[in-house]
Amino acid sequence: MTGNMHLGVEEPIRECQYNQICTHNSSTMDTPHTKKKKIKRKWQVFPGRNKFYCNGRIMMAKQTGVFYLTVVLILVTSGLFFAFDCPFLASNLTPAIPAIGGVLFIFVMGMLLRASFSDPGVLPRATPEEAADIERQIDTANGPSGPGYRPPPRTREVLINGQTVKLKYCFTCKIFRPPRASHCSLCDNCVERFDHHCPWVGNCVGRRNYRFFYLFILSLSLLTIFIFAFVITHVILRSNRTGFLSALKDSPASVLEVVVCFFSIWSIVGLSGFHTYLISSNQTTNEDIKGSWSSKRGKGNYNPYSYGNLITNCCAALCGPLPPSLIDRRGFVQPDTPQPVAQTNGTGACPSNQVQSHMT
Amino acid sequence: MAETHSLQDLRQAAVTSKVFVQRDYTSGTICKFQTKFPAELESRMDKQQFEETIQTLNNLYAEAEKLGGRSYLEGCLACLTAYTIFLCMETHYEKVLKKIAKYIQEQNEKIYAPLGLLLTDPIERGLRVVEITIFEDRSIGSR
Repeated sequence: MTGNMHLGVEEPIRECQYNQICTHNSSTMDTPHTKKKKIKRKWQVFPGRNKFYCNGRIMMAKQTGVFYLTVVLILVTSGLFFAFDCPFLASNLTPAIPAIGGVLFIFVMGMLLRASFSDPGVLPRATPEEAADIERQIDTANGPSGPGYRPPPRTREVLINGQTVKLKYCFTCKIFRPPRASHCSLCDNCVERFDHHCPWVGNCVGRRNYRFFYLFILSLSLLTIFIFAFVITHVILRSNRTGFLSALKDSPASVLEVVVCFFSIWSIVGLSGFHTYLISSNQTTNEDIKGSWSSKRGKGNYNPYSYGNLITNCCAALCGPLPPSLIDRRGFVQPDTPQPVAQTNGTGACPSNQVQSHMT
Repeated sequence: MAETHSLQDLRQAAVTSKVFVQRDYTSGTICKFQTKFPAELESRMDKQQFEETIQTLNNLYAEAEKLGGRSYLEGCLACLTAYTIFLCMETHYEKVLKKIAKYIQEQNEKIYAPLGLLLTDPIERGLRVVEITIFEDRSIGSR
């Protein structure tokens, strides 16, 4: 019984976190609470091309220039609206206008930040042991090499709801990608239910942030239409009193707002419509562009992921359960050997992974 | 306790190999693991027991991802509060993940450690595989 204490583990079995058994015998094993110098968090050693902020809480793509442009456009246009048009509209029509505008604006910004800063559903790369195991399975599946050299097939076929789906092997992440996952070349990650990489949002759009992205473009459409409509109303009302040209002179900001909104409406409303169609048929942008489930590919081709029902598809996409992040950005990296060699007593470091903190 | 005693014994043992139970995608993208009994475990444990463990895990993950009244309610409430509600409470999925972690710990203590095996929680492997570590058999436990 005293032997148990030697190994430096203060009964972690009883705590909520289950620590994997380490074959390392020495008692210099770190307890979860002592931080040795230079213990890194997992985001610091993350293999993909992402940028992290706020100590791993925020995750974005590498190129974020366009995202700042999006933020500036929205802030400036809305700011001008509230500063120049709202006072007139509030006093001459109703104060509900700036109120509704305010709510819409906050919702838009909230959804944008949520879509930009969340983990889209990145799949962590395979551990060396997993990768070796898969390689072995592939080699076994190929059998002895024939007379001519044939490159190993790196696909697996799976029957989902009666449709044959090919699972592709990702050479970067060393995993067979789950159905609907795709590797984003910009972020260098495999993302679950990959929709597309959106530069406006500065992140990939995938399983975990698709609903935020959709709500963002939907609410932005409403905000743009709202601002457009009320700025025009404002100018018309003023023109009735003072004539068109002096109305424009009194409220020059309105011109800028109308121009921005006019050009935005076409693209954003169009995009909202497109994504509404995608949601109702439970497809991703990726699948739609490739025509994966299009009837043009064959008579029996249909989408195996669709629930068959428009309402269910929408509810599943927008109100379904939100899966947690699989990459544990803020967890601590345990001193690991990358190569798992069969250990004898005390001759090497612990090959196991310990999860320290709660997944965010 | 007999169980923790053998769990500590594993610390002394050497890792022989690892078996990976892959995901089963035949029902779509939901989290489900294959119940096929790996050949490497044949000498170590009972097929029935293994299948039961995996099946229970599958059921728990299905519960986490279930679409139903409760998840819709949670989704709508979250949307209305601009998702700030998750600052104070856990999502249903996270609650089930905790249940799963406890279940795996229990299974390890009661069944797998005495056989010289160790299950790794799939969440630590990105929900890709159930990793089973096989330790050198030094007559640990009843075998």
